[in-house]
Amino acid sequence: MKNCFIKTICLIVIASFMMVGTGICGAGYDYIDITHPFLRKIPIAIPVFKEISPGDDTKRLSRTASDLLAETLEFTGYFKILDRDAFLVDMQTVTSLANVNFYNWTSIGAELLVTGGGLIQDNQVEMELRLYDTFKEKLLVGKRYKGLIKDQRKIVRRFCSEIIFFLTGDKGFFNSEIAFISKNSGNKEIYICEFDGYNPRQITQTKSITLSPAWSSDGEWLAYTSYAKGKPDLYLKHLKQKRGAVISKKGINITPAWVPNQFALAATLSFSGDPEIYLLTGTGKIIKRLTNKRGIDLSPTWSPDAKHMGFVSKRSGTPQIYIKDISSGEVKRLTFQGQYNTQPSWSPKGDKLAYAGMGNGRNDIFVIGIDGQGPIQMTHDQGDNEAPSWSPDGSLIVFSSTREGPSRIYVMTAYGTDQRRLLVLKGEQTEPDWSPRMVNN
Amino acid sequence: MRKNLLIHLAMVLVIPGLLFTVSCAKKTIRSETSLTQQAEDEAAAKAAAEKAEQEELVRQQAIEELRLQEEAERKAAARNLFLNEDIFFEFDSSVLLAEAQVILKKKAEWLINNPDVTATIEGHCDERGTNEYNLALGDRRAASAKTFLMDLGIAGSRLNCISYGEERPVDPGHNEEAWAKNRRGHFTIN
Repeated sequence: MKNCFIKTICLIVIASFMMVGTGICGAGYDYIDITHPFLRKIPIAIPVFKEISPGDDTKRLSRTASDLLAETLEFTGYFKILDRDAFLVDMQTVTSLANVNFYNWTSIGAELLVTGGGLIQDNQVEMELRLYDTFKEKLLVGKRYKGLIKDQRKIVRRFCSEIIFFLTGDKGFFNSEIAFISKNSGNKEIYICEFDGYNPRQITQTKSITLSPAWSSDGEWLAYTSYAKGKPDLYLKHLKQKRGAVISKKGINITPAWVPNQFALAATLSFSGDPEIYLLTGTGKIIKRLTNKRGIDLSPTWSPDAKHMGFVSKRSGTPQIYIKDISSGEVKRLTFQGQYNTQPSWSPKGDKLAYAGMGNGRNDIFVIGIDGQGPIQMTHDQGDNEAPSWSPDGSLIVFSSTREGPSRIYVMTAYGTDQRRLLVLKGEQTEPDWSPRMVNN
Repeated sequence: MRKNLLIHLAMVLVIPGLLFTVSCAKKTIRSETSLTQQAEDEAAAKAAAEKAEQEELVRQQAIEELRLQEEAERKAAARNLFLNEDIFFEFDSSVLLAEAQVILKKKAEWLINNPDVTATIEGHCDERGTNEYNLALGDRRAASAKTFLMDLGIAGSRLNCISYGEERPVDPGHNEEAWAKNRRGHFTIN
């Protein structure tokens, strides 16, 4: 706890500077058209940071930090990272970070430029980072950070957050994590990695089958299904404290979905003899039953305002996605294409649902408007694609795919572009769930 | 007259008596050897009889053992059939096919003959659906089999259900042949 405190005060922004004229934060929304953000990628130049202090440590820092910044920005899907071989300027020869010859950058096609300087002193690192508009010849965002050497990752992410916030008006997903199921220990267990696949770590040790991880909206709780006691039970687990609950009724206890901003969740229980969705408290007590139709009902997903719940039902004969208005109780069917639509995931902006739809025995990811507009197919002819989950800003979708053989975790933009593998880990990985933004990270 | 009668009577009695004596005497003479022979014969016969009886006993025991063994085998076979004969389903369906119903009737019979047994019905699915939905489908499949057995008179308390969804395929293949084997209801004994 004390350590944590020290870290927090160490990693401080010691300076923030912006050119007068660009004015208020968020004045740059026109850089990225949020209605079609991935149609045109913005060319951005990120030269290796200037080494302000001498020594190999600084050299390593400026290289790794500038590479990480380029990778992190590229991960968003908004940018085209320009090749450093084409650069006309070596930052090490620049006398001051404040003096930029913009023509050197516009002539190679860069519209944005990030420069940085790194300094290491007494095991402390100081980094100055600047975002420029090369055509308007303007400093858009400038920050100076100080922290421990091992905090350089955090510093780079903070600055990426600043860049994305300036350009889109949204804080992005740099403080988020992804939970998923991995079989690399031989059993299906829950793992968590950072949003970009970095630092995967095993969370459960059930030595049985574990499925369907689901984050609470504050990022503190994880709900999941596990066969730890021999049958599919529901586990609610606080990630930092030794708190939790088990729901172990007769039959299946599956598909948890926390209600946004409440210590409550929806889940599927079959103790009545039929799989139905119930509303439960965070301690595992039934509040009420939410579905009431013979046949399978499962996989709840909440609208961000918690007024509606999407779910899968077989009431029409095939599994389809439905939306229930919680206050009126009215249920309407959302999907009409295909014979098998499951795994709905409500977008953080509230206007769309992603889901897995089956055709020819294979699942693909689709996105449909809550008014039924679309659906748009996101994956095509590349194995089995399942379990979509949105990044907290709604710009990316994580999912599992068998396109390279065993099931792995992939990420794409919310428009289906830039599909890439998230992380390399032994065994199969399935059922990713993207966390909300973490407050204390 | 009366005296004559007595004499005759005496003669009738005596002469055969003499005759008997004579023959007796003759026999006595022979008996030295034949008596031991007879004893041997008798012993042999007795031994033979005992042996035969023994053999018969062994034979009977063997028959009984064989019968028991056959019965045990038959029981084991019935038990194995109960455990190993899966019922199969169509894709995305928990409806019991005609073949499945025939198999379930046999299972009901076995459960009636083995009243101490409680069984678990596992519901399984092929890999094509999605994990979560398949957990529910496996649950429905196990429940269908349970309801059918209860209708045949098996107490519900003797039948547990568990769904494994698509998590425990018997055939890891990715083709219809494998999928058909994996869409199953499997029985275990608790």
